[in-house]
Amino acid sequence: MKIVVLVKYVPEPTATWKFAPDLTVDRAGVEGRLSELDEYAVEQAAQLAEKGVASEVVFLTVGPAKAAEGLRKALAIGGDKAVHVLDDAIHGSCALSTSLVLAKALEKEGYDLVLAGMASTDAELSVVPSMVADRLGINQATFAGELSVDGGAVTIRRDSDVASEKVTAALPAIVSVTDQTGEARYPAFKAIMGAKKKPITTWSLADLGVDASAVGLGAASVRTVDVSPTPARTAGTIVTDDGEGAAQLAGFLADRGFI
Amino acid sequence: MSEVLVLAETTAAGVRKPTLELLTAARALGEPAAVVFGEASDAVVAQLGEYGATKVYAVGAPEVSDYLSLPKAEAVVQIASAANPVAILVTSGPEGKDVAARVAVRLNSGIVPDATAVSVDGGTVVATQTVFAGRWQARSQVVRGPAVITMRPNATSAEAAPASPSVENVDVAVSEGAKGAKITSRDPKVSTGRPELTDAAVVVAGGRGVGSQEGFAVIEQTADALGAAVGASRTVTDQHWAPHELQVGQTGKTVAPSLYLAAGISGAIQHRAGMQSSKTIVVVNKDAKAPLFQLADFGVVGDLHQVLPALIDEVGKRKG
Repeated sequence: MKIVVLVKYVPEPTATWKFAPDLTVDRAGVEGRLSELDEYAVEQAAQLAEKGVASEVVFLTVGPAKAAEGLRKALAIGGDKAVHVLDDAIHGSCALSTSLVLAKALEKEGYDLVLAGMASTDAELSVVPSMVADRLGINQATFAGELSVDGGAVTIRRDSDVASEKVTAALPAIVSVTDQTGEARYPAFKAIMGAKKKPITTWSLADLGVDASAVGLGAASVRTVDVSPTPARTAGTIVTDDGEGAAQLAGFLADRGFI
Repeated sequence: MSEVLVLAETTAAGVRKPTLELLTAARALGEPAAVVFGEASDAVVAQLGEYGATKVYAVGAPEVSDYLSLPKAEAVVQIASAANPVAILVTSGPEGKDVAARVAVRLNSGIVPDATAVSVDGGTVVATQTVFAGRWQARSQVVRGPAVITMRPNATSAEAAPASPSVENVDVAVSEGAKGAKITSRDPKVSTGRPELTDAAVVVAGGRGVGSQEGFAVIEQTADALGAAVGASRTVTDQHWAPHELQVGQTGKTVAPSLYLAAGISGAIQHRAGMQSSKTIVVVNKDAKAPLFQLADFGVVGDLHQVLPALIDEVGKRKG
């Protein structure tokens, strides 16, 4: 069974992010990393390979040149090779266009099971896996807190506000995983060095047969029109508990009508 | 005026509050038309009407709920193709995101997930999102197709605006292709008697500072004294001191209650992303340097195991 894991290179969460003049995320001016939420998917793929369930694990990313660093990180955790879709025309693509590029790349690469994180830590949309499923006409089992692969099907557990569900989907399928599946291993030095020898193939839009006019800022189905910083909260009252802290807090809550 | 499709969520107790919020938000865009999966009882129709639904599409096919997301997406696409709505509003959540994503692909529509507000500007739908871990607000225009918007629970308040909805039964045949992901079991969450975390007006949340599973009990007791839902930081759920479904943060629930009382939570970025839209924030922590104090409207530097029991007593006294 062949697994392809979708991964994204995102701005470092602790860095100060900025908008570029075109109101996209300024990715050039900030340190990046493999999205932490994708590491859970990478780890699940590595485990399925170790169990002998997966015979091949490939990482796939769409992003600027620096995104190759994210692929190297994934390859240090596991996997055999990686594919980087790199094309200037992709800059500013909306979720719909991104899902188109990913679907075309998956068709070209081939797969039985596609894994992804539950969201990217930059855009946090959580919709791309379902979009890719729809474009490929394959099953989806998203927001998995647990997953297992048995024969030709994948079974997951997922939790909503109102219920915990078990879902079984026949392969080929795409599964997005949550942090409940378990943290990724910390790669050893030898694995980091080994990752440098694993091949990364770069494809352009032309390689995928995607017309450049179908992607990018110009083709975006959603356009950001303005951005503004969230208003800073006015500084609150901070008291040190000397035995009266609870009474002071109760007074505050009563004033605000919460008691 | 154009229709705005609102995907309704119902439980045995009736229409869920996030759906009433969607109906309220929808009125700014057009005429709200609710889509109900399963039985559209008189009580459900009346409740939808109370919040402004002028039409109810009742999708009767019971097997819609036996498979993950796709049958609902097919039904919505079928309704949208006939009604040509200006927008389709869905509550953010695992199923809502899945259905919205599939619908957006099929209608070639722009999608804005996790919106906190919607409006019409120059004839197009504009939605506001909180981005960059809550530090920025971005307004985005949907330039193509019926705007597909998933909205965060509690971002807007539900306000009644009575209407008398007509009910249209929709015949949906679930395609074979939509039966690929079968829900083999469904365990409803056991009710704790407390409000649901994502739509509670008051949330009391505990973090590492509770110290243990036993220590978490004081969080639950404080919540009960204030009629609140219980939340937890990722440390607490990772340690299994509280169930994962209570986790507030980037990989858990996003909440925006009127009051968020955080005890023993230092305030990592991933936690703040899940709660910083709360209207009033109270922080109790023995570490005066805890970053969460920066967001606090009121903070107590002190041991939560002393402050919270004393607070419960104070609340009892004030309630008489």
